[in-house]
Amino acid sequence: MTKPQGIRTENLSLWYGQFQALLDVSLEIHHGRVTGLIGPSGCGKTTLLRCFNRINERIDGVRTAGHVHILGEDIYAPGVDLVELRKRVGMVFQRPNPLPLSVRENVLFGLRIHFRRGELRKDELAHAVEASLKEVGLWEALKDKLGHRATSLSLEQQQKLCIARLLPLRPEVLLMDEPCSALDPAATQRVEQLIRELRDRYTILIVTHNMAQARRISDECIFMLLGKLIEHRRTEDLFISPKDERTANYVEGRFG
Amino acid sequence: MDDPGDNTRLVGRSPARERLHRATELVIETVIRVCGVSAVIFVFGIFYFVFREAAPLLFGGLDLGQLLTSSAWYPDSSNPRYGAFALIAGTLSVTLLAMLIAVPLGLGAAVFVSEFCTGRTKEILKIVIELLAAIPSVVWGFIGLVILNPVIIDLFDTPVGLNILNGAILLALMSVPIMVSIGEDALKAVPDAYREAAEAMGATRWQVTWRVLLPAARNGLLAAVLLGVGRAVGETMAVLMATGHSVNVPDSPLDSVRTITATIAAELGETAQGSNHYRVLFVLGSLLFLITFLVNLTADLVIRGVKKR
Repeated sequence: MTKPQGIRTENLSLWYGQFQALLDVSLEIHHGRVTGLIGPSGCGKTTLLRCFNRINERIDGVRTAGHVHILGEDIYAPGVDLVELRKRVGMVFQRPNPLPLSVRENVLFGLRIHFRRGELRKDELAHAVEASLKEVGLWEALKDKLGHRATSLSLEQQQKLCIARLLPLRPEVLLMDEPCSALDPAATQRVEQLIRELRDRYTILIVTHNMAQARRISDECIFMLLGKLIEHRRTEDLFISPKDERTANYVEGRFG
Repeated sequence: MDDPGDNTRLVGRSPARERLHRATELVIETVIRVCGVSAVIFVFGIFYFVFREAAPLLFGGLDLGQLLTSSAWYPDSSNPRYGAFALIAGTLSVTLLAMLIAVPLGLGAAVFVSEFCTGRTKEILKIVIELLAAIPSVVWGFIGLVILNPVIIDLFDTPVGLNILNGAILLALMSVPIMVSIGEDALKAVPDAYREAAEAMGATRWQVTWRVLLPAARNGLLAAVLLGVGRAVGETMAVLMATGHSVNVPDSPLDSVRTITATIAAELGETAQGSNHYRVLFVLGSLLFLITFLVNLTADLVIRGVKKR
């Protein structure tokens, strides 16, 4: 296997009906790093994130142009299997959204939908639950509550579970849309810790409103404004010596 | 509160206006309370009046064992016997078969309308399905008599087409609209975040429906089914016309039967008020009441049991 590639876009544009939300975005996101997406509300960062698993297409009237290559494949080419794409590109949402099933079934949901019943052995399933929950640090807390409804957990546990349920499918990209915005500071710190621990094995792309958070957890940072990519650099460089004046104004809090 | 304008208004209200304000508030509150409690009053009221007519016979010589186990229904004979087993069997068999047809059809339609349909198709379908609910039951009975009857005779090569199957098909079609509209509401109430979460993991629409929406909307869908059952158990005119009206314990869906409701409707007008025959029909009415009550109670317990887990 070749070295895992990240995400590469060429002149990616997107329209919601008549409104153009992304303008010619070209970028390259590297595997094994955490890339932060920052910018003021409405700048298109969430829209961009949602292009990478094509979940934008749930909305009527969305049109895209340009190319997105993930793991070396053009995901907007005709005939791309969305099911397979979403298996490899996992997403964590702003509000924790565990399914109204048990903790165990939440973790196994991906396996259940991507494999037929006969292909899943019992001990493999049990192992997947344990390994995934251990990876997000929930195993000790939840190992006796695997049958409990996931929606009754604390928000922090719910969000970690939402990360855990992506892992059994061995995704290569994790997209996170403000994953900590519904959590309190202590929980935020622990989820950030988790993201740092996951960094080596995945391409992680995280949208955040919180610039301090972007500084804490990202290796590279992308600043967007009004649907355009303004600056993409190593995080420390972007915050300490931004090249573009608009980036400087934003990271110094003069607008946003 | 440092806005003086606001302050003067708060104090400046005249006592007379204040009293009027309180009075209207009280009246509105009472009216709303009465509306809320009236449902309870009506249910108990109906039960009381039905039971009052039934009680003298129920506690004065009716053989309950005979009523529930014998199928000898000769209320007008000089040696009257009140065995309602065949009627109970008739009601249960028609309802059961109707539900076997209606539940997959109704829930399937609800899923289709709510999840797989958009725009104009959805609107048209909803209107047509609701139109189905507006057809009077006597018209359904007519359809059973005139259209389904010969079809069933031809298809199954039976002498009579007025039987359980005929009645069940009608009842199924009659209870489908309520199942669809309640079922669709239940599915619509499932937060979109669940659909999005499942789709983002690569679930197909069918997998989203089967693995996420149906479990999430379980309570509402159960309610939809039970309302359908309630409609089917209580339906009178269509089954009166379509099931053949013969007191009979069925052993095949092609047997003619008579239901509890049809018996009450057909015989109550012919009885002398206060006679034993009159009273036994009210006993049957109470029995119907009991059946629907048990259905609802079971549903409640099921839902509560589900919630606890």
